[in-house]
Amino acid sequence: MTTYTKKQVTDLVKGELDWDSLHQMLSMPKDKERYGQYMEVLQEQVSWDDRILLPLGPHLFIVETGDNTLVTKCGCGHNFGDYRQNWKLNALVYVRDNETKMSEVYPKLMAPHTDWQVYREYYCPTCGTMHDVEAPTPWYPVIHDFQPNLKAFFDWLDMPAPANA
Amino acid sequence: MTIMKNITDGNAVGSLLKSGLSLNDHRNLILQRTKETGFYDGRKNLELKESDPIAYERIFSKLRAGLVSSREVAKKIAASPIVEQEGELCFTLYNVAGDCIATSTGIIIHVGTMGAAIKYMIQNNWEANPGINPGDMFTNNDCQIGNVHPCDIATIVPIFHDDTLVGWVGGVTHVIDVGAVGPGSMSNGQIQRFGDGVQITCRKTGVNDTPLRDWLHESQRNVRTPKYWILDEKTRIAGCHMIRDLVEETIREEGVEAYEQFAMEVVEDGRRGLTSRIKSMTIPGTYKTVAFVDVPYSHEDVAVPSPFAKVDTIMHAPCEITVKPDATWRLDFEGCSRWGWHTYNANPVAFTSGIWVMMTQTLVPTERINDGARYATEFRLPKGTWTNPDDRRTAHADAWHFLVSSWSSLWRGISRSYFGRGYLEEVNAGNSNPCNWLQGGGINQEGEIHAVNSFETAACGTGACAVKDGLNHAAAIWNPEGDMGDIEIWELAEPLLYMGRTIKTNSGGYGKYRGGLGFETLRMVWGSADWTMFFMGNGYMNSDWGLMGGYPSATGYRFEAHETGLLDRIRDGMSLPQGKDLNPDMPEFEKHISPSAKVKRDKQCITTEAIFENGDLYLNYLRGGPGFGDPLDRDPKAVEEDLNQNFLLPSYAEKVYGVSAMRDEDGHWEVDLKETEIRRKVIRQARVAAGVPVRDWMEQERVKILDHDASVQVKQMFASSFALSPKFLAEFKSFWDLPDHWQLLEESLGIPMFGAKHHMDISELPDVHPVIMTEQ
Repeated sequence: MTTYTKKQVTDLVKGELDWDSLHQMLSMPKDKERYGQYMEVLQEQVSWDDRILLPLGPHLFIVETGDNTLVTKCGCGHNFGDYRQNWKLNALVYVRDNETKMSEVYPKLMAPHTDWQVYREYYCPTCGTMHDVEAPTPWYPVIHDFQPNLKAFFDWLDMPAPANA
Repeated sequence: MTIMKNITDGNAVGSLLKSGLSLNDHRNLILQRTKETGFYDGRKNLELKESDPIAYERIFSKLRAGLVSSREVAKKIAASPIVEQEGELCFTLYNVAGDCIATSTGIIIHVGTMGAAIKYMIQNNWEANPGINPGDMFTNNDCQIGNVHPCDIATIVPIFHDDTLVGWVGGVTHVIDVGAVGPGSMSNGQIQRFGDGVQITCRKTGVNDTPLRDWLHESQRNVRTPKYWILDEKTRIAGCHMIRDLVEETIREEGVEAYEQFAMEVVEDGRRGLTSRIKSMTIPGTYKTVAFVDVPYSHEDVAVPSPFAKVDTIMHAPCEITVKPDATWRLDFEGCSRWGWHTYNANPVAFTSGIWVMMTQTLVPTERINDGARYATEFRLPKGTWTNPDDRRTAHADAWHFLVSSWSSLWRGISRSYFGRGYLEEVNAGNSNPCNWLQGGGINQEGEIHAVNSFETAACGTGACAVKDGLNHAAAIWNPEGDMGDIEIWELAEPLLYMGRTIKTNSGGYGKYRGGLGFETLRMVWGSADWTMFFMGNGYMNSDWGLMGGYPSATGYRFEAHETGLLDRIRDGMSLPQGKDLNPDMPEFEKHISPSAKVKRDKQCITTEAIFENGDLYLNYLRGGPGFGDPLDRDPKAVEEDLNQNFLLPSYAEKVYGVSAMRDEDGHWEVDLKETEIRRKVIRQARVAAGVPVRDWMEQERVKILDHDASVQVKQMFASSFALSPKFLAEFKSFWDLPDHWQLLEESLGIPMFGAKHHMDISELPDVHPVIMTEQ
């Protein structure tokens, strides 16, 4: 099985990996070590010490804190609460629900009609990073995109699961 | 005596198999052993593969290579650009039970749909009547059996060895027209099966390797384009016969026992292959996604035969994906909206088969795609929804419109896994909604009755990855070999000249990595006698959300112009519209046509036949893909490149990407990195200032729900899903903390609701036993 250096994984995360290596990653069987290397790279990118267990986005992570609780955290350090809860419920939201607001992001004819569909942008209350954009109908419940089974995941990785997974 | 006695081609029960079992008993035993053991046909050990792996691989390689080369050879017979240019054909080999062993490249959704047709023949005792014999050919395009839409015509040929059935081969092509009410292969206008074109239900259409004359005469006169139809059928027959020869040769070389053993083991091998990939690439857990499609049928430009279809509705496709600790998975579409009076309904087989097309481009990117993956997957498609209609009247001509939209959301779900594990190279924000479908018909430039369906849609923009932008005008999710086709070929096939073909600015969703851009072609009608066209795509809504902070791709709009004066302008050497509709809010085409031209420029992207005269214009806008990540993270130099390539309108560089750029005297854009940094900081601060805590917003939205304050189409969608799914209703009420007495009934909306209460399923027909392969 092909394996990759930490430098290659770092470049991958930065979007700077050379095409030959990227193509190899696409075409060859997956390297199980990637997760460990990836966590190292991500950990070096943040200023806090909580252990990153699973990234949910470029700046959003499930982390294990010093007291072994698992929370969802922004790269800036903002805590969105228990990882089993939908982090969006503790975010800020900006809803593009009229033509003026839609026109800020697309020409009028290339944006949805807000009688049919709205854009809901979820921001970090501390740093303003946009972690997600939903595009549902009005009334649609906030979507809980992903609820990982961390215990089973770490079992697949042959690694010990976090104490409170 | 009974009629059966007179059917000379019928087989005595059990005479087709060495085991003496009927085909149906044979298949049922396989299903039983699979259910009892968890292994396909109970094959815990892959005896051939383990004892003689070289022989196993030799057989596979020979069959796979033969399937691919047969497709390549056969498609040269076709005249239709859809087949010959776009590669809309596929050949698949099946074992006796109708489970796929191996398939060619191409529109591999038909691995499932042709398998469903074979299973239907098995389950409904085709063995006895009309009989299954060497040299027979069967034709199917029936959407109630599992076909995607009637334009996919399948030819199925049984394969025998020493008078014993050893398998089947199927070949499918996407024909240009099936004689539906609306011309074109994926038309609308009709709202029921009875207007959806010719429907052939596993009919025996050939014996002794020869198509039957009654079939040839009947089928040709039932479609608008017999020339293409005839050559498409020859394509399918030639491919099937080449593959039958290949199987016979393989049996001569390897022995029939080895071949038959291979034909079962390879399915189990495929099942294990999927679970292995799930375990190595995904994360166990629950993923929730959803997709929507607008069905704006109340508009005056949608002419349908029945008044009860003149309503605006929304397709709703929520999906819960559960990746289990044992590395199998379940896809549950609880909460989908009801089927409707349009041509976008789907059969469960079409739905699930299409998902495999997608998975071959991500989770199982292997040539070993076969029915094994299906056995490793649980699907639930609730009866009565658009994914599994409970009425035999439903039309399916453009099932793609809903299907591709619902599949797009699955990309987001599975990409969360890839992102979490660090396999960033696999992340895909979604697919574009592959449309517009330019369709129409009449009398063409050759003076012949004609119909068209432009397959430029086979090259839309792809979704963004987590490490790079999506591909521009590159692919369609349903055809891994997608291609926009040569302009010159389309001009031969259609009475429509190209005024221009160019990248569609701003069509890809914004993000750290943007979605691939679509493209647009401006066509002028030329050389036709009587000609109509219509639009088919999304407009008021978008099914292709972005991922992890990326924006959805742009929605569609339509532009058509009549009485343009273009023929006079050409004669007088005046300026002409060249094909680039840079900013639809600041129209450019209108400056180069007659001021008195009748222009339709709006979001009504579904229409029915409209008359187009020579010199009229039609804009075919093919959509872009969704974006990934916060646009403020995009490399400013990449935005600069987008500006210089005309991929992005300058005002959105500033508003969405927070990029400050100046244009020099030569028209070249250059970003100011320092100003950009400041601007992005300001935008982030502005977001914090403008955003409201989600729980506060929920209180406001809850009031609207209590007041039933939403458009009729939104309420119809929810009411339809609530009526079919008490679970979805309960979750909705729980999320919004609604009182017990709150309800939303379709009856209260003042719109027709034909089909909601009264319906009749295909299974209610006499002697019809549908094949059910999903939980419902």
